[in-house]
Amino acid sequence: MSEELSNNDNPVPEGLQGQIAITSLDKIYNWSRRSSIWPMMFGLACCAIEMIATAASRYDLARFGMEVLRASPRQADLMIVSGTVTKKMIPIIVRLYNQMPEPKYVLAMGACASGGGPFKEGYNVVSGVDKFVPVDVYIPGCPPTPQALLHGLIKMQEKIDGQSVLEVPWYRSEPIDEIPQPLLGPDLIDPRDIPDFAEKLKAQEERLAAERE
Amino acid sequence: MTDKESPQVEGTTREPDSLEQHFPGILTPDEREGFDGYLVAPDKLTEFATRLRDEFGYDYLSSVTGVDYLPDEVMEVVYHAYRIEGGPALVFKTQVPRADPVVPSLVGVWPGADFQEREAWDLLGIRFTGHPNLRRILMWEGFEGHPLRKDWHEAYFEEDAKPFANRWPEGDVYRIEDKIPFGKNVQYPSEFTPEGWIPEGDEGLYAGLGQISNDGDGSSLKTDQLVVNLGPQHPSTHGVFRMVVTLDGETVTDLKPVMGYLHRNHEKIGERNTYIMNMPYTDRLDYLSSMSNNFGYALAVEKLMDIQPPERAEYIRVIMAELTRIVSHLWAIGFLLNDLGAFFTPALYAINERELILDVFEAVSGSRMMCNYFRFGGLARDLPPGTLQTIRELIFERLPRRVDELDIYLTENEIVRSRCIGVGVLSPEKAVAFSAAGPVLRASGIPYDVRRAEPYGIYDRFDFEVAVRYGGDVYDRYLVRLQEIRESIRIVQQAVDDIPEGEIQTGKPIFQVRVPAGEAYGRVENPKGELGFYVVSNGKPNPWRYHIRAPSFINLTALAEMCKGHKVADVVAILGSIDIILGEVDR
Ligand code: SF4
Repeated sequence: MSEELSNNDNPVPEGLQGQIAITSLDKIYNWSRRSSIWPMMFGLACCAIEMIATAASRYDLARFGMEVLRASPRQADLMIVSGTVTKKMIPIIVRLYNQMPEPKYVLAMGACASGGGPFKEGYNVVSGVDKFVPVDVYIPGCPPTPQALLHGLIKMQEKIDGQSVLEVPWYRSEPIDEIPQPLLGPDLIDPRDIPDFAEKLKAQEERLAAERE
Repeated sequence: MTDKESPQVEGTTREPDSLEQHFPGILTPDEREGFDGYLVAPDKLTEFATRLRDEFGYDYLSSVTGVDYLPDEVMEVVYHAYRIEGGPALVFKTQVPRADPVVPSLVGVWPGADFQEREAWDLLGIRFTGHPNLRRILMWEGFEGHPLRKDWHEAYFEEDAKPFANRWPEGDVYRIEDKIPFGKNVQYPSEFTPEGWIPEGDEGLYAGLGQISNDGDGSSLKTDQLVVNLGPQHPSTHGVFRMVVTLDGETVTDLKPVMGYLHRNHEKIGERNTYIMNMPYTDRLDYLSSMSNNFGYALAVEKLMDIQPPERAEYIRVIMAELTRIVSHLWAIGFLLNDLGAFFTPALYAINERELILDVFEAVSGSRMMCNYFRFGGLARDLPPGTLQTIRELIFERLPRRVDELDIYLTENEIVRSRCIGVGVLSPEKAVAFSAAGPVLRASGIPYDVRRAEPYGIYDRFDFEVAVRYGGDVYDRYLVRLQEIRESIRIVQQAVDDIPEGEIQTGKPIFQVRVPAGEAYGRVENPKGELGFYVVSNGKPNPWRYHIRAPSFINLTALAEMCKGHKVADVVAILGSIDIILGEVDR
């Protein structure tokens, strides 16, 4: 541990090496966060099976400090969106995301979560979870193998390593807005579209008509 | 364990040949080219169905679905009924005008029709009069339109049939997102304004689950009923499944399953795909048993095309399907223990063995889970060298020992026994009536297994027993699965000994198969129960109708029945013992 953390600009006096480390706040903060990411226990579809396989003995997620899968979003740091996101499910996914405490991360596992995948054209399918919640890492595959998921999680850790306490949004004084929960009407409604809905629709149609010309 | 016999059905001696004479004026044979079965007038349907069940012994309704014959302006409802002691299906249909399709509900005759009729209402807009709760089941209440109707188009609609013109080499490639308003997969009726619009919410769902209070009569406590939602995000629901339960104290008085959170429009997409394009989609139905899903679909299309795979392919098919059954049952047992509270450790043992079988799948098909290995009239490729040896080692050495180990640890375990015995009992009569299938049906004392009742492939050559138990509870479902793993091992042992050399594909492998017009119903005994594919072809490169009879979905019809009177914690165990896979429930 101490080697990994030590800052070479401030060498530790001989005799104390191996017992103390001199390091920056960012480094120890990020190190402790990324070594204990708790994913939410939340499976959507086929990809969830590979996620469970990754947590099992052969691939052993515990090696990365991530084996503590929490069933409650309030105890989770990471949401692995493991499967097809449907219109019927997206309001619940957004609500779960809002319930997770900061800092929180989202990992889109598989083709479906990243962009709709094989079912993209379906009438009940959202083409990627990133239409509603911000995604940190995308993993391709259908389903991604456990190795690919692990690779994605390591990328996730690298991303955490690059963050700084001074800049992260969750230590600023202004509150972080919740994502408005989509509504189920005649079709899925994104509340962000509702103000001036009719005008937006008209503008879009005009734009498309102009393009078709 | 009660040693009850399976219920005897009376009057099963008469043959369907004489059926027409028994129903003069009610029944006409379906004479369309390639079609089978009978047409029944809608107003006579209930009478016909009741007599069919009571006098002719067709007590098991396997599948109900609708077909939209747009060019003829006709909506057809297709029923597949069986006798529980085996034999082929009796197919009957009823036709109603497409503009206002109204059909009498058969829930009163076969309660197993409940969810399937709701699905036909939801997706095709067929109204079933007399249905106790005709609400949408896969989409939400308030959704605009009935999506499986042929003239209903989704936002991302491009063309009626694949491959799309713009994907051809000379095509003008574009993204559909750029061609529709909002650029998202949404569309609204033209006069719709979201301001002032009130969502439907769950009132309709909660109606009938009223919060009645029990005032107590001095001898018992005064209690209130309470409605609790389990899921869709809940560690015990095996995916995105939701149960609304009413509780009196901790006792379940009513339960309503809510599904559709993983409805990915398999059938709509399937009717646009060419035949072979659907093969990888079937992998994603019951994603733990992709190989046997392939089997069912291949059988249905092979029936239509009237071809047979070569010997070697038949053997490989059986080996793969049985390995799949082992995988799926191991998973089910591991996760049943999870649901009982033994968190993850037993599942780890099960997953460990599963991984070894997945290695075999990966070797033969290139993918661990989504194998896409079967083709019409054969297989995608032969076994790579050495695979048979790996399978031998697994099946003769390792797996039998591991199954014994599970047996030793679990079967006599005191906690398993006290949590499972007598919990979630489904009587044999109810199991048949609710169209339960697979281990759920067999644990209720009905020795019905498609591999025996109507053998497909080469299952008639193997020596195996149909696992059956008579208690109908969670414990017996577990024991049936354990026994089935052993029987599957036996089948694979015989198959690897007998497998011949030779071709694995009849004729050349072709991508654009020619499928003559007609209908076919291919069914296999999947790990979860009877998986059926109902395919209607009109001679074009893509199926006109592609319906899946999903065992997990239909097994859920009996869930409320099993759960009433038990505690909340038992509901979790009961759901685990049915072993549902949401990919298949919602499709
Ligand atoms: S990406 Fe593939 S495996 Fe994953 S959920 Fe989608 S269809 Fe299933």
